[in-house]
Amino acid sequence: MALDHAPGSHVPGQHPDDIAIIGWAQTPMVRHTDKTETQLLLEVVTDALDDAGLTRADVGFTCAGSCDYVAGQAFSFVQNTDAIGAWPPKRDSHVEMDGAWALYEAYVRLLMGDEVDVALAMGSGRSSTADPALIYPMEMDPFYLAPLGADALSLAALQAQAVLAAGAVTERQLAEIAARCRRDAQSNPYAQVSGEFDVDELLAEDAVRAPLRRHDLPPITDGAAAVVIARAEKAKAVCENPVWITGIAHCAELHYPGMRDLTRSLSARKAAEAAGVADGPVDVAELQAAFTHEEPLLVEALGLAPTVTVNPSGGPLAANPIMATGLVRIAEAAAAIRDRGASRTVGHSTSGPCLQQNLVCVLEGGRA
Amino acid sequence: MSHAPAAIVGIGQTHHKKKRWDVSLGGLVREAARRALDDAQMDWGDIDAVVIGKAPDLFEGVMKPELYLTDALGAHGKPMFRVHTAGSVGGTTGIVASHLVETGRHRRVLAVGYQKQSEGNAQFALGSGKGASLGAGGAFAPFIRSYIQRSGAPLDVGPMVAVKDRQNALKNPYAHLRLEDISIESVKASPMMWDPLRFLESCPSSDGACAMVFTDQAGGEAAAADGRQPAWVLGSAMRSEPFGFPGRDPVLPQGARDCADDVYAQAGITRPREQIDCAELYVPFSWYEPMWLEAHHLAGPGEGWQLVESGATALDGSFPVNMSGGVLSSNPIGASGLLRFAEAALQVRGMAGEHQVDGAKVAVAQAYGASAQYFSMWVVGASLDPFG
Repeated sequence: MALDHAPGSHVPGQHPDDIAIIGWAQTPMVRHTDKTETQLLLEVVTDALDDAGLTRADVGFTCAGSCDYVAGQAFSFVQNTDAIGAWPPKRDSHVEMDGAWALYEAYVRLLMGDEVDVALAMGSGRSSTADPALIYPMEMDPFYLAPLGADALSLAALQAQAVLAAGAVTERQLAEIAARCRRDAQSNPYAQVSGEFDVDELLAEDAVRAPLRRHDLPPITDGAAAVVIARAEKAKAVCENPVWITGIAHCAELHYPGMRDLTRSLSARKAAEAAGVADGPVDVAELQAAFTHEEPLLVEALGLAPTVTVNPSGGPLAANPIMATGLVRIAEAAAAIRDRGASRTVGHSTSGPCLQQNLVCVLEGGRA
Repeated sequence: MSHAPAAIVGIGQTHHKKKRWDVSLGGLVREAARRALDDAQMDWGDIDAVVIGKAPDLFEGVMKPELYLTDALGAHGKPMFRVHTAGSVGGTTGIVASHLVETGRHRRVLAVGYQKQSEGNAQFALGSGKGASLGAGGAFAPFIRSYIQRSGAPLDVGPMVAVKDRQNALKNPYAHLRLEDISIESVKASPMMWDPLRFLESCPSSDGACAMVFTDQAGGEAAAADGRQPAWVLGSAMRSEPFGFPGRDPVLPQGARDCADDVYAQAGITRPREQIDCAELYVPFSWYEPMWLEAHHLAGPGEGWQLVESGATALDGSFPVNMSGGVLSSNPIGASGLLRFAEAALQVRGMAGEHQVDGAKVAVAQAYGASAQYFSMWVVGASLDPFG
């Protein structure tokens, strides 16, 4: 893999190709909304551009992340061009991936260094309109795995069992992660699930899919997010406190869970290396750990120190708008810097069975 | 422009057929990718990142297939990226891959587009299983009728395109349709599908894949020094516009015009008809050839059909269009855009075999999608400075 960052090379924002997050927005995360994806995106695009002090006319490139199977419709993203206001016609793209990968394409587009200096990345999903347990087996290999009907929950349980068997973590620690995330989510106005939970009471519950109990699982969520990024000159001109993307990289690994060591994530580790997570201390990490056991696994793969605050927003255990969950992590990691005084943070996204594919984004505030 | 050049040094495609039941999805994409790697004299391990594009997952019933195809495409431990911009997706896939090289993110990138339409029922999937779909032909026929009314084009122009592209396909060993006996008369005698489009003026449903290997300037120059002509990306552009509002002209969409203006400016093209040697355009229904010639400034307003009628767009004409046989001869939807982009690259590499345009040095390719709302284009050249 190519080196995707320049370790400690310069103060972020000094090079014309440095790119910053300058605005973001997310919808309230809810179990179900009657709004369409287009309506959800209309709100977050407007709000994110307001946050950046820009209008749709300032945006040179747009990229959305969504999934036809989640929407239940072929070409479901086409109507979402209404939300970006694609008139006059816009440079625009779409990925059938989480909005975090839409941000990656937007980031690369800005690196082209032409007249496009502002880009908008979006993610949207309404999981409430169908049963995820019916949909998710369809993202597995169609010959050997999909016919088994193994949904995301079953595969997560398989991985959780492996993590527990390896002795890296206990069921009590997993319950503590769930309680911590939902406690932290109380201060997140967008969160869907929050509150105080007693760990002993959580552990007294039956397993939904052994060894995972209800508290180990994310909620089903409808929601969307948008993030505005800009090249250095533009970012500094329009924004007092740009949040610089100092590294962003993604990586995939083998699809078949049986071919992998499920107690580790090779692809998360490689993405973290390529993004330069280890080049400095990390204050906050927002990880797309939708199941409790994924948090310690990802903390280890990303090489995060015990001092790192993980998912202060509550993370996906508090709200899991599939196809936007990863982009929300990056927005929350940016908010930790701009709004809550962190210096260096990490946003993470994942896709596929047992964390098959991972994206890591390292963010920094301006250095004095 | 601060980005660096990207070169295409490997191209591969499958034999396109109605049913490629001899291969799985993984086998299909691997067949194209292996040919592209062989052409580039590379192996799986030489590739730094993979970009895969295809149209709706509902067509095959495999959601986010890049996950399953990671193994078949040797992407373990590498970035695997999935693009979906409707019918233009193949073109966009090529553009996203070229950007990864042009921005220095990666040195060698594999782009793959595919569709295996025999795995499902595209018409059913287009209606999201609700049986509500007009189909693509039904969506485009009103635009085509408007074009005919506006331009006063004689009704034989559509059948002429249908015959020309199928004759070109006979020279392309990978093409799906091989209609040896096609004639204007047989096209006009074929069943009416969506007025004015007849059966033989419509694209087939195909199984197929296309792959391309991109490399940086040093890689392109090394290939050239080794006697393997690269194709250089001289410019690339994308545009999208909304489906419906009173200011939109779906017959000659603003997005199509803007996309062409953008890509020509990047390539230093001011007189497209003269400076470009041939064009590979996304023509799934015959009449889109004259329509895109006009929308992309390759013919004046209302003159696209005259170009077709004069024979200029034939393989031996003054401005050949769809030398490969085009979408009218092979249509694995998610690959169709990348196949257009690949054909343009094959032409400037001088590797198009029997459908080679003599002396082609600069070629343009285009793909479009949804209700003529998504556009992707590129211009490729045999050198980085073909007009110098």
